[in-house]
Amino acid sequence: MKMFLVSNLLFTVTNGSGNWDLIVRALWPMVEGAIKYTIPLALVSFLIGLMIALLTAVMRLSSVAIVRAPAVFYVSAIRGTPLLVQLFIVFYGLPSIGLTIDPLPSAVIAFSLNVGAYASEVIRASISSIPKGQWEAGYTVGMTYGTTLRRIILPQATRVSIPPLSNTFISLVKDTSLASLILVTELFRKAQEIAANTFDFLLLYTEAAVLYWIICFLLSIVQEIIERRLERYIAK
Amino acid sequence: MLLSIQGLQKSFGELAVLKDIDLDVGKGKVVTIMGPSGSGKTTLLRCLNGLEIPNQGYYQFHDGFTLDFNQKLSKKEMLQLRRKSGMVFQSYNLFPHKTALENVIEGPVIVQKKDKQSAISHAKQLLSKVGLEDKMDLYPHQLSGGQQQRVGIARALAIEPELMLFDEPTSALDPELIGDVLGVIKDLANEGWTMVVVTHEVSFAKHVSDHVIFMDGGYIVEQGNPKDVLEQPQEPRTKQFLKRILPEV
Ligand SMILES: Nc1ncnc2c1ncn2[C@@H]1O[C@H](COP(=O)(O)OP(=O)(O)O)[C@@H](O)[C@H]1O
Ligand SMILES: [Mg+2]
Repeated sequence: MKMFLVSNLLFTVTNGSGNWDLIVRALWPMVEGAIKYTIPLALVSFLIGLMIALLTAVMRLSSVAIVRAPAVFYVSAIRGTPLLVQLFIVFYGLPSIGLTIDPLPSAVIAFSLNVGAYASEVIRASISSIPKGQWEAGYTVGMTYGTTLRRIILPQATRVSIPPLSNTFISLVKDTSLASLILVTELFRKAQEIAANTFDFLLLYTEAAVLYWIICFLLSIVQEIIERRLERYIAK
Repeated sequence: MLLSIQGLQKSFGELAVLKDIDLDVGKGKVVTIMGPSGSGKTTLLRCLNGLEIPNQGYYQFHDGFTLDFNQKLSKKEMLQLRRKSGMVFQSYNLFPHKTALENVIEGPVIVQKKDKQSAISHAKQLLSKVGLEDKMDLYPHQLSGGQQQRVGIARALAIEPELMLFDEPTSALDPELIGDVLGVIKDLANEGWTMVVVTHEVSFAKHVSDHVIFMDGGYIVEQGNPKDVLEQPQEPRTKQFLKRILPEV
């Protein structure tokens, strides 16, 4: 059955008349959608999300309950609801209280908040994984909590958190396809638009899938390079 | 007297670990603390530099700085206490992402805001003093335990504390590496550093320290000059402990 589907797909791609033409014609609009929207959307949301995540993680590690509470609430609310619903609340929901936001900034807001919650768990775990003796060593050379966190703990926690954060980023790149549903003309929206005219759903959606795959593959190479750089001071 | 401590008490929840400690540390003197595991030696050192906050007690420093732990102390006061002493840990606790030299200049440059060039030349002096002039650019994982501990000593010295605290600095080391580290501590004693050293190295206690304290169960059960305490202990618990760590005597 699987074999049949694959050979059928290969047939469609290679033998059908004018299919190569369509693939080539659709390529640039999709790549353009990736360059103009998918990648910048993922990058900007990830960077904002990381800042939210760092703040949230530090709040969750606080010994003061009133500081911890909002962070716990935020993470729970985001992790307990679908990303698509979050996206729709920002884009379709907020206008009814007079807050109308354009598609792209709406997507940035929803994705940043989403990544912020997930990444905060990663950052919190990596901060907790650094031995207590490192905090104490910072304190005994006279550092405050904040200086120890910044100079001693975070550099080491960064090394620990690179692999899981890379996974978060790769998931985000794929999740940006949801922005097509709030009219952002990113990669997948382009595929949908072309498919709506030609009805070549299988061909065009497969092409979109391959493009996502290539992007994620390149990202995993970047991840490996960063990890190797940071390995410098780790015992082998 | 560099530091005078009265009525120091520390508990963790229900567990009373330091019960009523009075202790004077003379300026330029070396105090050795001995005692069985769990007697509160580490906790005492940690209370001295504010890693733990005592429940009760009173510290008086020679410069007039006093702390009364019966009242709630501000963060600023605790930071001030912490910056009076340098700490050398049993497990070194070097910063693994920094070279030996970077470990040593971290306090002076980041905390004390000293000029980086002069901090580097001071750090190089200190690393030479502990015999590591050719290891400055190595990371901790590239150093042996004894070398790491000597970097730890240089890092603590670099902030020019009034008081140096050592928590069993050689007990994680292979026997052949212990001598180098004890040698460095002995040199510091000769230079006039004020030090409190938790150790079970009897010959170090006898020949280097000015005062020996024997702790058990959260109390100081015996103290005095090293010869008296180590050769003619009065307390049965001290005798018993010394017999255990010195089987041949
Ligand atoms: N942070 C802590 N929380 C609870 N108990 C502790 C803590 N630190 C030390 N203790 C307890 O205090 C006692 C004394 O410990 P410690 O000062 O490390 O003794 P020593 O250094 O003489 O071996 C032990 O019973 C230990 O379990
Ligand atoms: Mg101990």
